[in-house]
Amino acid sequence: MIDTESIANELKTALPGCGIEFVANPSPSAQSSLLIQGTDLVAVAQWLKDHSEYRFDYLSNVTGVDHLEKTIKEKVKKTQVVDGEEQEVEETVEQTIPGYLEVVYHLYSMPLRHGPLILRARTGNRSNDVALPSLTPIWRSAEFQEREIFDLYGVTFDGHPDLRRLLMWDEFEDHPMRKDYVEPDDYEYEPTPHGPVLERANAHQTPPSTDAPSETQSD
Amino acid sequence: MDEGLRGELSKHGVFTTTLEGLHNWGRRNSVWPLQFGLACCAIEMIATSMARYDLARFGAEVFRPSPRQADLMIVAGTVTKKMAPQVVRLYNQMPEPKYVIAMGACAISGGPFKQGYNVLKGIDRYLPVDVHIPGCPPRPEALIHAFMTLQRRIDAQSLTGPNRARHLRSDVDSEFPVPQFGAHDLHPPSNPKTWTPPQSVRSQ
Ligand code: SF4
Repeated sequence: MIDTESIANELKTALPGCGIEFVANPSPSAQSSLLIQGTDLVAVAQWLKDHSEYRFDYLSNVTGVDHLEKTIKEKVKKTQVVDGEEQEVEETVEQTIPGYLEVVYHLYSMPLRHGPLILRARTGNRSNDVALPSLTPIWRSAEFQEREIFDLYGVTFDGHPDLRRLLMWDEFEDHPMRKDYVEPDDYEYEPTPHGPVLERANAHQTPPSTDAPSETQSD
Repeated sequence: MDEGLRGELSKHGVFTTTLEGLHNWGRRNSVWPLQFGLACCAIEMIATSMARYDLARFGAEVFRPSPRQADLMIVAGTVTKKMAPQVVRLYNQMPEPKYVIAMGACAISGGPFKQGYNVLKGIDRYLPVDVHIPGCPPRPEALIHAFMTLQRRIDAQSLTGPNRARHLRSDVDSEFPVPQFGAHDLHPPSNPKTWTPPQSVRSQ
């Protein structure tokens, strides 16, 4: 079992100025991870691969996560002067966290038989700042998985040798694994629907409202 | 010919038949399937053609790797939207008479992946399917049953008259438009000539 926190500390001394953050996981799995700034990803990856004590030579898995913009409400205690007296008042502070896409890497070492070490990297937002450096030059196994993330989440990987869609066709424009993906309305025949499928099937059957351009309702 | 007379003649060693019966007997016993599979159902199709289940008993052991030499398309597996145009193109390249068996939940409706973003909700949206087999996957016996059903249907086809078999009529299509890759979905999403959504009546 490797100690992610000590690796984080070593990385910080070995690569000063790199954006490296240790993310603890308090759940029973205790799979903590390292949050790496996108621009430093290649340097960190190269260090982890070359370091004689770690030798992470096997990238087993690359995956994506979509985080929508969210607002968190927090209660903050404040002292306020009310009617000349000092009182403690609870205040609700709303905080908006902008959405981003995250890429997660799982590293193992075959010769030293340890792992996984989990790396994460985040894009700036979900629309125009979605580039991350490709790790394909370091671990060849990243090639297809980065193509899949490009296809399904829309993260572009700089330095990837052949960045094309993997599962969908080239003319396709959406990213199906994003949380706000709207699938085409092909719910015209649902013999045994329930839950959300039933809602979509009913919505398909009711004609669209008057201001919307009328679809072909020949069926 | 009168059934009684035919029976009487056969007792005396005279075998009679019709040209149509002879023709269909030949056709139904040498249906050559197209050799292609799309997902896990294809494994059952392969098992059906091997020694244990032995599809050769029905004259269909010759799986052809070229659509030009095939009579039957067994759509065995999940038809993804990316693959659907190729499946339709293969069908178009088969010479008449041609038949389609949709094998398994995926091929008939999308199956376990029905709500997936990349799965076609049944190949009958683009192709005229003769026999559907439910199951995930259907056992080889089910495929054999589908095959025997198809044989009975071939046997029942007439070669003349207004109800003659499809391949003998000039007013029906034998090729179907290949769907195009669109920005959000296949275009068109289904072919109204082969498929219109059945009206589902739902009680609340
Ligand atoms: S019906 Fe089941 S066995 Fe057949 S292709 Fe689909 S998932 Fe696989």
